[in-house]
Amino acid sequence: MSNVHTKTLAQLAAGLRAKEFSSAELTRLFLDRIEASQPVLNAFISVTREQALAAAEAADRELAASRGGTLTGVPIAHKDIFCTAGVRTTCGSRMLDNFVSPYDATLVAKLKAAGVVMLGKANMDEFAMGSSNETSYYGPVRNPWNTDLVPGGSSGGSAAAVAARLAPAATATDTGGSIRQPAALCGVTGLKPTYGRVSRYGMIAFASSLDQGGIITTTAQDAALILREMAGFDANDSTSVDTPVPDYAASLNAPLAGLKIGLLKEFFDKGLDPENERRIREALATYEKLGATLREVSLPNLPLSVPAYYVVAPAECSSNLARFDGVRFGHRCKEPRDLLDLYKRSRGEGFGAEVKRRIMTGTYVLSAGYYDAYYLKAQKVRQLITTDFTRAFGEVDVLMGPTTPTTAFAIGAKTSDPITMYLNDIYTIGANLAGLPAMSIPCGFVQGLPVGLQLVGPHFSEAKLLNVAHLYQRETEWHTRVPERYA
Amino acid sequence: MALTREQIENIAHLARLELQPPEVPVYQESLSRILDFVGELERADTASVVAMAHPLPGLSQRLRADAITEQDHHELYQENAPQVAAGLYLVPKVIE
Repeated sequence: MSNVHTKTLAQLAAGLRAKEFSSAELTRLFLDRIEASQPVLNAFISVTREQALAAAEAADRELAASRGGTLTGVPIAHKDIFCTAGVRTTCGSRMLDNFVSPYDATLVAKLKAAGVVMLGKANMDEFAMGSSNETSYYGPVRNPWNTDLVPGGSSGGSAAAVAARLAPAATATDTGGSIRQPAALCGVTGLKPTYGRVSRYGMIAFASSLDQGGIITTTAQDAALILREMAGFDANDSTSVDTPVPDYAASLNAPLAGLKIGLLKEFFDKGLDPENERRIREALATYEKLGATLREVSLPNLPLSVPAYYVVAPAECSSNLARFDGVRFGHRCKEPRDLLDLYKRSRGEGFGAEVKRRIMTGTYVLSAGYYDAYYLKAQKVRQLITTDFTRAFGEVDVLMGPTTPTTAFAIGAKTSDPITMYLNDIYTIGANLAGLPAMSIPCGFVQGLPVGLQLVGPHFSEAKLLNVAHLYQRETEWHTRVPERYA
Repeated sequence: MALTREQIENIAHLARLELQPPEVPVYQESLSRILDFVGELERADTASVVAMAHPLPGLSQRLRADAITEQDHHELYQENAPQVAAGLYLVPKVIE
Protein backbone atom coordinates (compact mmCIF):
# COMPACT_ATOMS: atom_id res chain seq x y z
CA MET A 1 0.00 0.00 0.00
CA SER A 2 3.00 2.36 -0.16
CA ASN A 3 2.37 5.56 -2.10
CA VAL A 4 -1.14 4.42 -2.98
CA HIS A 5 -2.39 7.86 -1.96
CA THR A 6 -0.43 9.47 -4.81
CA LYS A 7 -2.13 7.35 -7.44
CA THR A 8 -4.68 8.94 -9.72
CA LEU A 9 -8.33 8.00 -9.46
CA ALA A 10 -8.02 6.05 -12.72
CA GLN A 11 -5.10 4.06 -11.24
CA LEU A 12 -6.99 3.45 -8.01
CA ALA A 13 -10.02 2.19 -9.92
CA ALA A 14 -7.76 -0.16 -11.91
CA GLY A 15 -6.05 -1.32 -8.70
CA LEU A 16 -9.41 -2.14 -7.14
CA ARG A 17 -10.41 -4.21 -10.15
CA ALA A 18 -7.05 -6.03 -10.13
CA LYS A 19 -7.53 -6.71 -6.36
CA GLU A 20 -4.26 -4.95 -5.51
CA PHE A 21 -6.13 -3.47 -2.57
CA SER A 22 -9.69 -3.45 -1.34
CA SER A 23 -11.99 -0.45 -1.17
CA ALA A 24 -12.04 -0.81 2.63
CA GLU A 25 -8.22 -0.59 2.74
CA LEU A 26 -8.21 2.37 0.40
CA THR A 27 -10.98 4.13 2.30
CA ARG A 28 -9.24 3.60 5.65
CA LEU A 29 -5.98 4.93 4.19
CA PHE A 30 -7.61 8.18 3.04
CA LEU A 31 -9.68 8.54 6.23
CA ASP A 32 -6.49 8.24 8.28
CA ARG A 33 -4.79 10.85 6.11
CA ILE A 34 -7.76 13.20 6.50
CA GLU A 35 -7.82 12.82 10.27
CA ALA A 36 -4.05 13.33 10.58
CA SER A 37 -4.20 16.48 8.44
CA GLN A 38 -7.26 18.04 10.09
CA PRO A 39 -5.51 20.00 12.89
CA VAL A 40 -3.39 21.82 10.29
CA LEU A 41 -5.33 21.95 7.02
CA ASN A 42 -8.93 21.90 8.32
CA ALA A 43 -10.03 20.74 4.88
CA PHE A 44 -13.11 18.93 6.20
CA ILE A 45 -16.21 19.95 8.13
CA SER A 46 -17.41 16.38 8.67
CA VAL A 47 -15.59 13.07 8.28
CA THR A 48 -18.04 10.22 7.72
CA ARG A 49 -15.86 7.27 8.76
CA GLU A 50 -18.60 4.78 9.60
CA GLN A 51 -20.70 5.42 6.50
CA ALA A 52 -17.55 5.38 4.37
CA LEU A 53 -16.38 2.02 5.65
CA ALA A 54 -19.85 0.52 5.25
CA ALA A 55 -20.01 1.81 1.66
CA ALA A 56 -16.50 0.50 1.00
CA GLU A 57 -17.41 -2.95 2.25
CA ALA A 58 -20.47 -2.97 0.02
CA ALA A 59 -18.25 -1.93 -2.90
CA ASP A 60 -15.82 -4.73 -2.08
CA ARG A 61 -18.65 -7.25 -2.30
CA GLU A 62 -19.56 -5.86 -5.73
CA LEU A 63 -15.93 -6.03 -6.85
CA ALA A 64 -15.54 -9.58 -5.52
CA ALA A 65 -18.50 -10.60 -7.65
CA SER A 66 -16.96 -8.74 -10.63
CA ARG A 67 -19.90 -6.34 -10.68
CA GLY A 68 -20.08 -2.57 -10.39
CA GLY A 69 -18.89 0.23 -12.63
CA THR A 70 -15.70 2.15 -13.42
CA LEU A 71 -15.74 4.00 -10.11
CA THR A 72 -16.92 1.24 -7.76
CA GLY A 73 -15.05 1.45 -4.45
CA VAL A 74 -13.20 4.68 -5.21
CA PRO A 75 -13.31 7.08 -2.24
CA ILE A 76 -13.92 10.79 -2.82
CA ALA A 77 -14.94 13.87 -0.80
CA HIS A 78 -18.04 16.00 -1.33
CA LYS A 79 -18.07 19.75 -0.89
CA ASP A 80 -20.36 20.49 2.05
CA ILE A 81 -22.71 22.41 -0.26
CA PHE A 82 -24.14 19.12 -1.59
CA CYS A 83 -26.99 17.59 0.37
CA THR A 84 -26.15 14.10 1.61
CA ALA A 85 -28.99 12.02 3.06
CA GLY A 86 -28.65 11.42 6.78
CA VAL A 87 -25.39 13.38 6.95
CA ARG A 88 -24.95 16.90 8.30
CA THR A 89 -24.80 19.43 5.45
CA THR A 90 -23.69 22.86 6.67
CA CYS A 91 -22.68 24.85 3.58
CA GLY A 92 -19.96 26.29 5.81
CA SER A 93 -22.53 28.25 7.82
CA ARG A 94 -23.70 28.50 11.41
CA MET A 95 -27.17 28.76 9.84
CA LEU A 96 -27.03 25.06 8.88
CA ASP A 97 -24.81 23.82 11.70
CA ASN A 98 -27.54 21.42 12.82
CA PHE A 99 -28.97 20.55 9.39
CA VAL A 100 -29.11 16.87 8.50
CA SER A 101 -30.18 16.59 4.90
CA PRO A 102 -33.23 14.38 4.34
CA TYR A 103 -32.16 13.62 0.77
CA ASP A 104 -29.19 13.28 -1.58
CA ALA A 105 -28.29 15.90 -4.18
CA THR A 106 -28.61 14.43 -7.68
CA LEU A 107 -24.84 14.65 -8.13
CA VAL A 108 -24.33 12.73 -4.86
CA ALA A 109 -26.96 10.12 -5.79
CA LYS A 110 -25.43 9.61 -9.23
CA LEU A 111 -21.94 9.12 -7.84
CA LYS A 112 -23.31 6.81 -5.14
CA ALA A 113 -25.00 4.76 -7.85
CA ALA A 114 -21.66 4.62 -9.67
CA GLY A 115 -20.18 2.99 -6.56
CA VAL A 116 -18.21 5.96 -5.22
CA VAL A 117 -17.49 5.97 -1.48
CA MET A 118 -17.93 9.30 0.37
CA LEU A 119 -15.11 10.09 2.82
CA GLY A 120 -16.62 13.25 4.25
CA LYS A 121 -17.76 16.80 3.61
CA ALA A 122 -15.16 19.32 2.54
CA ASN A 123 -14.83 22.76 4.12
CA MET A 124 -15.81 25.80 2.05
CA ASP A 125 -16.53 29.50 2.22
CA GLU A 126 -19.90 30.16 3.86
CA PHE A 127 -22.62 29.53 1.26
CA ALA A 128 -19.78 29.48 -1.31
CA MET A 129 -19.31 33.24 -0.91
CA GLY A 130 -15.60 33.85 -0.79
CA SER A 131 -12.33 33.37 -2.65
CA SER A 132 -10.09 32.27 0.20
CA ASN A 133 -12.07 29.84 2.35
CA GLU A 134 -11.82 32.33 5.21
CA THR A 135 -15.56 32.97 5.51
CA SER A 136 -16.30 29.42 6.69
CA TYR A 137 -18.00 29.20 10.11
CA TYR A 138 -15.70 26.21 10.70
CA GLY A 139 -12.48 28.18 10.30
CA PRO A 140 -10.17 28.72 7.36
CA VAL A 141 -8.63 25.93 5.30
CA ARG A 142 -4.86 26.15 4.89
CA ASN A 143 -2.95 25.69 1.66
CA PRO A 144 -1.00 22.40 1.72
CA TRP A 145 1.90 24.06 -0.16
CA ASN A 146 2.34 26.66 2.56
CA THR A 147 0.06 26.62 5.56
CA ASP A 148 0.35 30.39 6.11
CA LEU A 149 -1.52 30.85 2.84
CA VAL A 150 -5.12 30.46 1.72
CA PRO A 151 -6.13 27.55 -0.53
CA GLY A 152 -8.49 29.79 -2.51
CA GLY A 153 -12.25 29.47 -2.43
CA SER A 154 -14.96 28.82 -2.22
CA SER A 155 -14.10 25.13 -2.80
CA GLY A 156 -10.94 25.52 -0.70
CA GLY A 157 -11.46 22.31 1.27
CA SER A 158 -11.98 20.29 -1.91
CA ALA A 159 -8.83 21.70 -3.54
CA ALA A 160 -6.66 21.36 -0.42
CA ALA A 161 -7.88 17.78 0.10
CA VAL A 162 -6.92 16.72 -3.42
CA ALA A 163 -3.60 18.63 -3.32
CA ALA A 164 -2.61 16.95 -0.04
CA ARG A 165 -3.84 13.61 -1.41
CA LEU A 166 -6.46 13.25 1.33
CA ALA A 167 -8.82 12.14 -1.43
CA PRO A 168 -8.15 11.38 -5.09
CA ALA A 169 -11.02 13.67 -6.08
CA ALA A 170 -13.52 16.04 -4.52
CA THR A 171 -16.74 17.50 -5.83
CA ALA A 172 -16.96 21.28 -5.94
CA THR A 173 -19.08 24.14 -7.24
CA ASP A 174 -18.24 27.20 -9.29
CA THR A 175 -20.36 30.37 -9.29
CA GLY A 176 -17.60 32.87 -10.10
CA GLY A 177 -14.45 30.75 -10.06
CA SER A 178 -14.92 28.61 -6.95
CA ILE A 179 -13.59 25.45 -8.63
CA ARG A 180 -10.88 26.93 -10.85
CA GLN A 181 -9.36 29.51 -8.50
CA PRO A 182 -8.70 27.09 -5.58
CA ALA A 183 -7.57 24.41 -8.06
CA ALA A 184 -5.00 26.90 -9.40
CA LEU A 185 -3.80 28.00 -5.96
CA CYS A 186 -3.47 24.38 -4.77
CA GLY A 187 -1.88 22.95 -7.94
CA VAL A 188 -4.68 20.58 -8.93
CA THR A 189 -7.06 20.11 -11.87
CA GLY A 190 -10.48 21.77 -11.68
CA LEU A 191 -13.38 21.44 -14.10
CA LYS A 192 -16.44 23.71 -14.16
CA PRO A 193 -18.85 22.20 -16.69
CA THR A 194 -21.29 24.09 -18.92
CA TYR A 195 -24.21 25.64 -17.03
CA GLY A 196 -26.93 22.98 -16.94
CA ARG A 197 -24.61 20.03 -17.61
CA VAL A 198 -24.64 18.84 -13.97
CA SER A 199 -27.84 18.99 -11.95
CA ARG A 200 -28.12 21.68 -9.28
CA TYR A 201 -30.77 19.70 -7.37
CA GLY A 202 -29.63 19.38 -3.78
CA MET A 203 -26.75 21.76 -4.31
CA ILE A 204 -27.47 24.57 -1.87
CA ALA A 205 -28.22 27.59 -4.06
CA PHE A 206 -26.14 30.77 -4.08
CA ALA A 207 -26.73 32.40 -7.49
CA SER A 208 -28.92 30.09 -9.52
CA SER A 209 -28.11 31.43 -13.00
CA LEU A 210 -24.36 31.00 -12.35
CA ASP A 211 -23.98 28.01 -10.00
CA GLN A 212 -22.57 24.84 -11.52
CA GLY A 213 -21.33 21.65 -9.92
CA GLY A 214 -18.04 20.16 -11.02
CA ILE A 215 -14.98 18.29 -9.86
CA ILE A 216 -11.45 18.75 -8.56
CA THR A 217 -8.97 15.96 -9.34
CA THR A 218 -5.26 15.53 -9.94
CA THR A 219 -5.66 14.82 -13.67
CA ALA A 220 -7.94 15.65 -16.59
CA GLN A 221 -8.39 11.92 -17.15
CA ASP A 222 -9.88 11.56 -13.66
CA ALA A 223 -12.15 14.54 -14.25
CA ALA A 224 -13.37 12.86 -17.46
CA LEU A 225 -14.22 9.63 -15.60
CA ILE A 226 -16.18 11.44 -12.89
CA LEU A 227 -17.94 13.94 -15.13
CA ARG A 228 -19.39 11.10 -17.15
CA GLU A 229 -21.06 9.76 -14.02
CA MET A 230 -22.31 13.03 -12.58
CA ALA A 231 -23.50 14.85 -15.71
CA GLY A 232 -26.88 14.42 -17.33
CA PHE A 233 -30.48 15.53 -17.41
CA ASP A 234 -32.43 15.83 -14.20
CA ALA A 235 -36.13 16.65 -14.14
CA ASN A 236 -35.64 18.08 -10.63
CA ASP A 237 -33.50 20.95 -11.95
CA SER A 238 -35.47 23.22 -14.28
CA THR A 239 -32.27 24.46 -15.98
CA SER A 240 -30.78 21.00 -16.45
CA VAL A 241 -30.07 20.43 -20.13
CA ASP A 242 -31.29 17.34 -21.93
CA THR A 243 -28.36 16.53 -24.21
CA PRO A 244 -26.51 13.19 -24.28
CA VAL A 245 -23.47 12.75 -22.02
CA PRO A 246 -20.50 11.63 -24.13
CA ASP A 247 -17.80 9.22 -22.96
CA TYR A 248 -15.37 11.97 -22.04
CA ALA A 249 -12.49 9.51 -21.59
CA ALA A 250 -12.82 8.20 -25.16
CA SER A 251 -11.52 11.39 -26.80
CA LEU A 252 -8.75 12.26 -24.34
CA ASN A 253 -5.96 11.36 -26.73
CA ALA A 254 -7.27 13.02 -29.88
CA PRO A 255 -4.31 14.84 -31.49
CA LEU A 256 -4.17 18.61 -31.11
CA ALA A 257 -2.68 19.37 -34.53
CA GLY A 258 -4.53 22.35 -35.97
CA LEU A 259 -6.12 23.33 -32.64
CA LYS A 260 -6.72 27.09 -32.63
CA ILE A 261 -6.00 28.61 -29.24
CA GLY A 262 -7.10 32.16 -28.48
CA LEU A 263 -5.08 34.11 -25.93
CA LEU A 264 -7.38 36.32 -23.96
CA LYS A 265 -5.81 39.73 -24.41
CA GLU A 266 -7.71 41.20 -21.46
CA PHE A 267 -6.22 38.54 -19.15
CA PHE A 268 -2.61 39.46 -19.87
CA ASP A 269 -3.08 42.83 -18.27
CA LYS A 270 -1.10 44.83 -15.74
CA GLY A 271 -2.71 42.94 -12.86
CA LEU A 272 -1.05 39.66 -13.89
CA ASP A 273 2.10 38.88 -11.94
CA PRO A 274 5.05 38.72 -14.43
CA GLU A 275 6.36 35.40 -13.05
CA ASN A 276 2.89 33.87 -13.30
CA GLU A 277 2.68 35.17 -16.87
CA ARG A 278 5.98 33.45 -17.70
CA ARG A 279 4.58 30.07 -16.58
CA ILE A 280 1.45 30.65 -18.69
CA ARG A 281 3.55 31.56 -21.76
CA GLU A 282 5.66 28.42 -21.26
CA ALA A 283 2.50 26.31 -21.19
CA LEU A 284 1.32 27.98 -24.39
CA ALA A 285 4.66 27.13 -26.01
CA THR A 286 4.06 23.48 -25.06
CA TYR A 287 0.75 23.64 -26.89
CA GLU A 288 2.48 25.02 -29.97
CA LYS A 289 4.83 22.06 -29.81
CA LEU A 290 1.75 19.82 -29.79
CA GLY A 291 0.62 21.35 -33.08
CA ALA A 292 -1.71 24.09 -31.86
CA THR A 293 -1.66 27.62 -33.23
CA LEU A 294 -1.95 30.69 -31.02
CA ARG A 295 -3.61 33.97 -31.73
CA GLU A 296 -4.58 36.89 -29.58
CA VAL A 297 -8.30 37.42 -29.08
CA SER A 298 -9.91 40.48 -27.54
CA LEU A 299 -13.14 40.39 -25.56
CA PRO A 300 -13.66 44.12 -25.04
CA ASN A 301 -16.49 43.82 -22.51
CA LEU A 302 -14.73 41.25 -20.34
CA PRO A 303 -13.29 43.85 -17.94
CA LEU A 304 -16.87 44.56 -16.86
CA SER A 305 -17.40 40.98 -15.76
CA VAL A 306 -16.55 41.54 -12.08
CA PRO A 307 -18.91 44.51 -11.63
CA ALA A 308 -21.67 42.68 -13.56
CA TYR A 309 -21.16 39.63 -11.36
CA TYR A 310 -21.34 41.66 -8.14
CA VAL A 311 -24.81 42.83 -9.11
CA VAL A 312 -26.22 39.57 -10.50
CA ALA A 313 -24.76 37.18 -7.90
CA PRO A 314 -25.78 39.18 -4.78
CA ALA A 315 -29.24 39.78 -6.27
CA GLU A 316 -29.80 36.07 -6.76
CA CYS A 317 -28.20 35.34 -3.39
CA SER A 318 -30.58 37.67 -1.57
CA SER A 319 -33.55 35.83 -3.09
CA ASN A 320 -32.16 32.33 -2.57
CA LEU A 321 -31.14 32.91 1.03
CA ALA A 322 -34.58 34.27 1.93
CA ARG A 323 -35.52 30.64 2.60
CA PHE A 324 -33.43 30.64 5.77
CA ASP A 325 -36.09 32.05 8.06
CA GLY A 326 -35.58 30.10 11.28
CA VAL A 327 -38.92 28.32 10.82
CA ARG A 328 -38.50 25.11 8.82
CA PHE A 329 -34.79 24.31 9.26
CA GLY A 330 -31.57 25.94 10.26
CA HIS A 331 -30.67 28.30 13.07
CA ARG A 332 -33.40 29.86 15.23
CA CYS A 333 -32.70 32.62 17.74
CA LYS A 334 -33.61 32.16 21.38
CA GLU A 335 -36.92 33.52 22.70
CA PRO A 336 -38.18 35.54 19.73
CA ARG A 337 -40.49 38.42 20.72
CA ASP A 338 -42.55 38.14 17.55
CA LEU A 339 -42.28 36.76 14.01
CA LEU A 340 -40.25 39.69 12.67
CA ASP A 341 -37.81 39.40 15.56
CA LEU A 342 -37.54 35.66 14.87
CA TYR A 343 -36.63 36.28 11.22
CA LYS A 344 -34.22 39.10 11.91
CA ARG A 345 -32.31 37.62 14.81
CA SER A 346 -32.19 34.08 13.40
CA ARG A 347 -30.71 35.46 10.17
CA GLY A 348 -28.51 38.03 11.88
CA GLU A 349 -27.01 35.34 14.12
CA GLY A 350 -26.96 32.51 11.57
CA PHE A 351 -25.20 34.29 8.70
CA GLY A 352 -21.59 35.48 8.73
CA ALA A 353 -20.35 38.94 7.77
CA GLU A 354 -19.70 38.31 4.05
CA VAL A 355 -23.00 36.52 3.50
CA LYS A 356 -24.84 39.42 5.12
CA ARG A 357 -22.91 41.85 2.94
CA ARG A 358 -24.02 40.03 -0.21
CA ILE A 359 -27.62 39.65 0.91
CA MET A 360 -27.76 43.41 1.58
CA THR A 361 -26.04 44.29 -1.71
CA GLY A 362 -28.58 42.13 -3.50
CA THR A 363 -31.50 43.56 -1.56
CA TYR A 364 -30.37 47.07 -2.46
CA VAL A 365 -29.91 46.47 -6.20
CA LEU A 366 -33.31 44.78 -6.42
CA SER A 367 -35.14 47.37 -4.33
CA ALA A 368 -37.76 49.68 -5.81
CA GLY A 369 -36.25 52.37 -8.00
CA TYR A 370 -32.84 50.72 -8.41
CA TYR A 371 -33.70 47.58 -10.40
CA ASP A 372 -33.16 49.13 -13.84
CA ALA A 373 -29.96 50.94 -12.90
CA TYR A 374 -28.30 47.86 -11.43
CA TYR A 375 -29.85 44.48 -12.12
CA LEU A 376 -31.23 45.14 -15.60
CA LYS A 377 -28.04 46.96 -16.60
CA ALA A 378 -25.90 44.07 -15.33
CA GLN A 379 -27.96 41.50 -17.25
CA LYS A 380 -27.44 43.59 -20.40
CA VAL A 381 -23.69 43.76 -19.80
CA ARG A 382 -23.79 40.04 -19.23
CA GLN A 383 -25.30 39.68 -22.69
CA LEU A 384 -22.49 41.82 -24.15
CA ILE A 385 -19.86 39.61 -22.49
CA THR A 386 -21.59 36.46 -23.74
CA THR A 387 -21.69 37.88 -27.27
CA ASP A 388 -17.94 38.61 -27.01
CA PHE A 389 -17.29 34.95 -26.17
CA THR A 390 -19.55 33.72 -28.99
CA ARG A 391 -17.66 35.90 -31.45
CA ALA A 392 -14.30 34.59 -30.16
CA PHE A 393 -15.41 30.98 -30.56
CA GLY A 394 -16.14 31.73 -34.20
CA GLU A 395 -12.39 32.17 -34.61
CA VAL A 396 -10.77 29.80 -32.12
CA ASP A 397 -11.49 26.41 -30.53
CA VAL A 398 -10.43 27.19 -27.00
CA LEU A 399 -9.48 30.31 -25.05
CA MET A 400 -6.52 30.27 -22.69
CA GLY A 401 -5.06 32.51 -20.06
CA PRO A 402 -4.20 32.58 -16.38
CA THR A 403 -6.72 31.34 -13.81
CA THR A 404 -5.58 33.86 -11.20
CA PRO A 405 -3.46 37.04 -11.22
CA THR A 406 -1.06 35.71 -8.56
CA THR A 407 -0.22 32.58 -6.61
CA ALA A 408 -1.82 31.95 -3.20
CA PHE A 409 -1.86 34.88 -0.75
CA ALA A 410 -1.53 35.01 3.04
CA ILE A 411 -4.42 34.17 5.33
CA GLY A 412 -5.88 37.50 6.48
CA ALA A 413 -4.22 39.53 3.70
CA LYS A 414 -7.43 40.43 1.86
CA THR A 415 -10.18 40.05 4.44
CA SER A 416 -10.42 43.74 5.32
CA ASP A 417 -11.33 44.88 1.81
CA PRO A 418 -14.14 43.06 -0.02
CA ILE A 419 -13.30 44.60 -3.42
CA THR A 420 -9.69 43.35 -3.28
CA MET A 421 -11.06 39.90 -2.48
CA TYR A 422 -13.64 40.09 -5.28
CA LEU A 423 -10.91 40.94 -7.82
CA ASN A 424 -9.32 37.52 -7.22
CA ASP A 425 -11.92 36.13 -9.56
CA ILE A 426 -11.25 38.64 -12.32
CA TYR A 427 -10.20 35.94 -14.82
CA THR A 428 -12.77 33.29 -13.88
CA ILE A 429 -16.10 35.15 -13.66
CA GLY A 430 -16.54 35.62 -17.44
CA ALA A 431 -17.12 31.89 -18.01
CA ASN A 432 -19.86 31.85 -15.35
CA LEU A 433 -21.65 34.87 -16.78
CA ALA A 434 -21.70 33.20 -20.21
CA GLY A 435 -22.43 29.69 -18.85
CA LEU A 436 -19.28 28.26 -20.47
CA PRO A 437 -17.26 25.21 -19.44
CA ALA A 438 -13.78 25.98 -18.14
CA MET A 439 -10.84 24.29 -16.48
CA SER A 440 -7.74 25.13 -14.50
CA ILE A 441 -4.69 22.88 -14.79
CA PRO A 442 -1.32 23.14 -13.05
CA CYS A 443 1.33 24.69 -15.31
CA GLY A 444 4.32 25.36 -13.08
CA PHE A 445 5.43 27.03 -9.89
CA VAL A 446 6.49 30.48 -8.73
CA GLN A 447 8.56 30.43 -5.54
CA GLY A 448 7.30 26.98 -4.67
CA LEU A 449 3.63 27.85 -5.24
CA PRO A 450 1.47 26.43 -8.03
CA VAL A 451 0.23 28.41 -11.03
CA GLY A 452 -2.94 27.49 -12.96
CA LEU A 453 -3.58 27.68 -16.69
CA GLN A 454 -7.20 28.38 -17.54
CA LEU A 455 -9.00 26.82 -20.51
CA VAL A 456 -12.42 28.07 -21.62
CA GLY A 457 -14.45 26.42 -24.37
CA PRO A 458 -17.81 26.84 -26.13
CA HIS A 459 -20.96 25.45 -24.50
CA PHE A 460 -20.84 21.66 -24.05
CA SER A 461 -17.20 21.37 -25.18
CA GLU A 462 -16.10 19.51 -22.03
CA ALA A 463 -14.76 16.59 -24.10
CA LYS A 464 -12.51 18.96 -26.06
CA LEU A 465 -11.32 20.80 -22.94
CA LEU A 466 -10.48 17.52 -21.21
CA ASN A 467 -8.65 16.34 -24.33
CA VAL A 468 -6.66 19.59 -24.49
CA ALA A 469 -5.83 19.39 -20.78
CA HIS A 470 -4.95 15.69 -20.91
CA LEU A 471 -2.45 16.06 -23.75
CA TYR A 472 -0.69 18.85 -21.81
CA GLN A 473 -0.55 16.58 -18.76
CA ARG A 474 1.01 13.84 -20.92
CA GLU A 475 3.82 16.27 -21.79
CA THR A 476 4.36 17.77 -18.33
CA GLU A 477 4.52 16.59 -14.74
CA TRP A 478 3.30 19.66 -12.81
CA HIS A 479 0.07 17.85 -11.92
CA THR A 480 2.02 15.01 -10.29
CA ARG A 481 3.75 17.28 -7.75
CA VAL A 482 2.66 16.75 -4.16
CA PRO A 483 3.48 19.12 -1.27
CA GLU A 484 6.47 17.59 0.57
CA ARG A 485 4.65 17.08 3.83
CA TYR A 486 1.92 15.05 2.10
CA ALA A 487 4.04 13.16 -0.45
CA MET B 1 -21.94 56.75 -3.70
CA ALA B 2 -22.19 57.07 0.08
CA LEU B 3 -25.03 55.23 1.76
CA THR B 4 -26.34 56.73 4.97
CA ARG B 5 -26.75 54.93 8.26
CA GLU B 6 -30.53 55.06 7.73
CA GLN B 7 -30.22 53.47 4.29
CA ILE B 8 -28.18 50.57 5.69
CA GLU B 9 -30.74 50.07 8.46
CA ASN B 10 -33.52 50.10 5.88
CA ILE B 11 -31.74 47.57 3.64
CA ALA B 12 -31.10 45.33 6.66
CA HIS B 13 -34.78 45.58 7.56
CA LEU B 14 -35.86 44.68 4.02
CA ALA B 15 -33.47 41.72 4.10
CA ARG B 16 -34.75 40.71 7.55
CA LEU B 17 -31.31 40.89 9.09
CA GLU B 18 -30.67 42.23 12.56
CA LEU B 19 -27.40 44.14 12.65
CA GLN B 20 -25.46 44.89 15.81
CA PRO B 21 -24.71 48.61 16.18
CA PRO B 22 -20.98 48.21 15.38
CA GLU B 23 -21.85 46.38 12.13
CA VAL B 24 -23.74 49.34 10.66
CA PRO B 25 -20.75 51.60 9.84
CA VAL B 26 -18.84 48.60 8.47
CA TYR B 27 -21.60 47.83 5.96
CA GLN B 28 -22.10 51.52 5.30
CA GLU B 29 -18.50 51.74 4.14
CA SER B 30 -18.29 48.45 2.24
CA LEU B 31 -21.68 48.64 0.51
CA SER B 32 -20.93 52.20 -0.59
CA ARG B 33 -17.67 51.02 -2.11
CA ILE B 34 -19.31 48.03 -3.79
CA LEU B 35 -21.95 50.30 -5.35
CA ASP B 36 -19.19 52.61 -6.62
CA PHE B 37 -17.41 49.60 -8.03
CA VAL B 38 -20.45 48.20 -9.84
CA GLY B 39 -21.21 51.74 -11.03
CA GLU B 40 -18.56 51.04 -13.68
CA LEU B 41 -21.32 49.25 -15.58
CA GLU B 42 -22.64 52.65 -16.62
CA ARG B 43 -19.70 52.89 -19.04
CA ALA B 44 -21.14 50.11 -21.20
CA ASP B 45 -23.36 51.13 -24.08
CA THR B 46 -26.35 48.85 -23.71
CA ALA B 47 -28.92 50.95 -25.56
CA SER B 48 -29.66 48.21 -28.10
CA VAL B 49 -28.98 45.19 -25.90
CA VAL B 50 -31.67 42.85 -24.66
CA ALA B 51 -31.00 41.73 -21.09
CA MET B 52 -29.88 38.13 -20.75
CA ALA B 53 -32.67 35.90 -19.50
CA HIS B 54 -30.99 32.48 -19.54
CA PRO B 55 -27.30 31.53 -19.42
CA LEU B 56 -27.68 29.21 -22.40
CA PRO B 57 -28.63 30.84 -25.70
CA GLY B 58 -31.94 29.79 -27.17
CA LEU B 59 -33.12 28.02 -24.04
CA SER B 60 -35.96 29.10 -21.86
CA GLN B 61 -37.32 27.89 -18.58
CA ARG B 62 -38.72 24.38 -18.85
CA LEU B 63 -42.15 23.67 -17.40
CA ARG B 64 -43.57 20.41 -16.22
CA ALA B 65 -47.09 19.06 -15.98
CA ASP B 66 -48.94 20.17 -12.86
CA ALA B 67 -49.09 16.68 -11.40
CA ILE B 68 -48.24 15.27 -7.99
CA THR B 69 -44.89 13.51 -8.15
CA GLU B 70 -43.75 13.63 -4.52
CA GLN B 71 -44.64 11.47 -1.55
CA ASP B 72 -45.53 13.08 1.77
CA HIS B 73 -42.26 13.31 3.71
CA HIS B 74 -43.30 15.91 6.24
CA GLU B 75 -42.21 13.92 9.28
CA LEU B 76 -38.73 13.42 7.86
CA TYR B 77 -38.46 17.06 6.84
CA GLN B 78 -39.69 18.32 10.18
CA GLU B 79 -36.85 16.54 11.97
CA ASN B 80 -34.81 19.62 10.99
CA ALA B 81 -37.39 22.13 12.24
CA PRO B 82 -36.63 24.13 15.40
CA GLN B 83 -40.18 23.77 16.75
CA VAL B 84 -43.00 21.51 15.60
CA ALA B 85 -46.29 20.35 17.10
CA ALA B 86 -49.01 18.17 15.57
CA GLY B 87 -47.20 18.24 12.24
CA LEU B 88 -47.17 22.05 12.18
CA TYR B 89 -44.24 24.47 12.27
CA LEU B 90 -44.50 26.71 15.31
CA VAL B 91 -43.80 30.45 15.17
CA PRO B 92 -44.61 33.28 17.59
CA LYS B 93 -48.25 34.38 17.53
CA VAL B 94 -48.96 36.48 14.43
CA ILE B 95 -52.63 37.41 14.90
CA GLU B 96 -53.76 38.79 18.24
